[in-house]
Amino acid sequence: MDYVIEMLNIRKEFPGIVANDDVTLQVGKGEIHALLGENGAGKSTLMNVLFGLYKPEKGSIKVHGKEVNIEDPNVANRLGIGMVHQHFMLVDTFTVTENIVLGSEPSKAGTVDIKAAEKEVQALSEKYGLNVDATAKIRDISVGMQQRVEILKTLYRGAEILILDEPTAVLTPQEIKELTQIMRDLVKEGKSIILITHKLKEIMQICDKCTIIRKGKGIGTVDVSETNPTELASLMVGREVTFKTDKTPASPGETALNVKNLKVKDFRGVEMVKGLNLDVRKGEIVGVAGVDGNGQVELVEALTGLKKSSSGEISLNNRSIYNLEPRKVTESGVAHIPQDRHKHGLLLDFPIGENLVMQNYYMEPNSKRGVLNFKKIYEKARSLIEEYDVRTPNAYTQARSLSGGNQQKAIIAREVDRSPDLLIAAQPTRGLDVGAIEFIHSKLIEERDKGRAVLLVSFELDEIMNVSDRIAVMFDGQIIAEVKPEETDEQELGLLMAGRKSEKRGEA
Amino acid sequence: MFNILVPLISVVLGLLAGALIMISFGYNPVAGYAAMWNGAFGDAYFLGETVRQVTPYVLSGLAVAFAMRAGLLNIGVEGQVIVGWLAAVWIGSSFGMPPVLHVIVALLVAAIAGGLWGFVPGLLKAKLGVHEVIVTIMMNYIALYLSNSLIRGVLTDGSDRTENVASTASLAAPWLREITFFSRIHYGFIVALLMAFTMWFVLNKTTRGFELRAVGSNPFASEYAGMKVGRNIIIAMVISGGFAGLAGAMEGLGTFQYASVSSGFTNIGFDGIAVALLGANTAIGVVLAAILFGTLKIGALNMPTQAGVPTELVDIVIALIILFVASGYVIRWVFLKFSKEGK
Repeated sequence: MDYVIEMLNIRKEFPGIVANDDVTLQVGKGEIHALLGENGAGKSTLMNVLFGLYKPEKGSIKVHGKEVNIEDPNVANRLGIGMVHQHFMLVDTFTVTENIVLGSEPSKAGTVDIKAAEKEVQALSEKYGLNVDATAKIRDISVGMQQRVEILKTLYRGAEILILDEPTAVLTPQEIKELTQIMRDLVKEGKSIILITHKLKEIMQICDKCTIIRKGKGIGTVDVSETNPTELASLMVGREVTFKTDKTPASPGETALNVKNLKVKDFRGVEMVKGLNLDVRKGEIVGVAGVDGNGQVELVEALTGLKKSSSGEISLNNRSIYNLEPRKVTESGVAHIPQDRHKHGLLLDFPIGENLVMQNYYMEPNSKRGVLNFKKIYEKARSLIEEYDVRTPNAYTQARSLSGGNQQKAIIAREVDRSPDLLIAAQPTRGLDVGAIEFIHSKLIEERDKGRAVLLVSFELDEIMNVSDRIAVMFDGQIIAEVKPEETDEQELGLLMAGRKSEKRGEA
Repeated sequence: MFNILVPLISVVLGLLAGALIMISFGYNPVAGYAAMWNGAFGDAYFLGETVRQVTPYVLSGLAVAFAMRAGLLNIGVEGQVIVGWLAAVWIGSSFGMPPVLHVIVALLVAAIAGGLWGFVPGLLKAKLGVHEVIVTIMMNYIALYLSNSLIRGVLTDGSDRTENVASTASLAAPWLREITFFSRIHYGFIVALLMAFTMWFVLNKTTRGFELRAVGSNPFASEYAGMKVGRNIIIAMVISGGFAGLAGAMEGLGTFQYASVSSGFTNIGFDGIAVALLGANTAIGVVLAAILFGTLKIGALNMPTQAGVPTELVDIVIALIILFVASGYVIRWVFLKFSKEGK
């Protein structure tokens, strides 16, 4: 078999750690090749080596069988390697076409010939079924379309080999489906794709081969048709992994959170939560299922005080927390695992130990008469770090330098340790690997078993189905149905999430 | 490590670039820098003058740095210096009070005046989202012309300068002046060092400082954590303005003992931006950077007389040093590139 890309026995060291150790990756033409590994396993490092951002200490790279020296991304581009980063590299105020031609603009008499470029971009978009409007501004289009613009950008530059870094992390289920189709079309046209991921389901669905990295070491390459998710997971993690979350049936108590006819507007003044009713009882996990953009973000922000509601009622244990300030909400016993841990959840430039007291630094024993007691703060931090298995060199390490999973563990440690009456978890496992997901799910269930109310907002149907005791389906700013996970399936939930009232339920 | 190394290299590169300029114009850089050194530390008088020059730099540097740590770019330190200067002189010359108390009240009022000048842009930023840079720049001009008109119309009867402040309000240190051959050194440097300590303590040890730094680092996470972002912005601007007001008081109660009508800015506030930048916005860094700037400024005065280097060239040399300091990120980048290649 001819390989388009061969990375042989790559070794890359950083001061203090070996990020890649003897990793071999061979990608055939027209293949969708998964690169699987936990967060921090060295997937990104390997791809950065391929893209010319890092220089490996050992090993060689061959493109179309010829050994090459990729010094910088320009060389990679010339060799037909294109990368779609997880965090998009787009200029918000530019149009799709302007973004795509940026750096290689077609010119006519010294001016950019944007009309010609638009035609070309539109043609490319149609050829690969990308469905992108070449004249739209980036800030006006959805995340899914932005990603397709990134793909188009690499195609425009003549990429034959596309590297997609965790492409589904930011997408809705529908967008994921579209992306899957696009990837299939691309390989049909003879392109090859390297898919960086830790989602086993995706690999099983669309990939041909899968190369696994564990803790920087190349574990090997398997044929996807000859393997199964359990095997992949154990290869990735290095131990047996159970997918079903172990949990006993819930024994819900009295109502903890009560939301009545809540209305919330978003920052543009558009009403996103339109008269929502919801109850969460003590000792149960209620999962809010729904497609992104149906008011989940606004609901969570209203519950936690980050956004003022325009009307309605919110009470916790019969005390109103409606439109209180975030601090008052926190003090009333609400904990919040935010959807965007970098934006809201952490002070990335602060030591992890100080992140752990973000909400209660002003209370004793963390401080006294306005003066912080670092001794006590770090004592507490060390014990939390140990209890929640946050992997960090020490408590003084900047939160930024922790892996995503460990950052999330730190947030959970902080939120759960306050013994909240209500724990709101928004997308708590987004972008995390199997090990971290297991850990977080078990913590949520542990909190439930301690008699706390848990509200889980997630776009991942698997997560909703596995963890919730009751599922509330959110559509267009309202809870349009409540179902039990054991009495429903993905099919029914999918329909409900699309706004169709269940016929099955209607009969019952 | 970077925080110390980068400014140091910047300064060395700046001095080297200055040397190149001097060579290309036919002057001896060794003699030039020797003259600068002598002009700053050569004898007790120069030493006294250098300390005198460093004092307001420390405070204006602290002012910029403090705001910066809370994520705010206070370009208005200049104006806050001016109102602080005027307020200190007003208290010092128009009121009679017992010794010590008079100085303290004058300093306090100067800090309040500067703080008030910082409060306005802080409030506008917090409540209306108006960018602090624009408002502070405007406030600089208001401060300058308001101060001029108050000196002419209120504090004096059409004169260009006020009375000297009363001896009870003066920061003058006669015995220090005597041992430095009558330089203009005054007790202000003690105030400056105290304030540097205060800034370090507030930012690093108190809950308020924790909030200010958090807001500066990530306002969204701060809001999530229950901190009041707007209130912290205002507090940061007020404290920053307070430091700047004290810098003005150093000139009003120490160096000059009066306030006068001025056609242009003092530049103490603008230089404070460079001082804060070089000092990486830390208290100790600001003190060290202020010493460097004061040294350059005072030492440079000796370069024309001792080494024959014209003043214009001296200004170029100083500007080059500042330029290199300001482009510290380039040095950082070269470093990263170098360490990547080296591995």
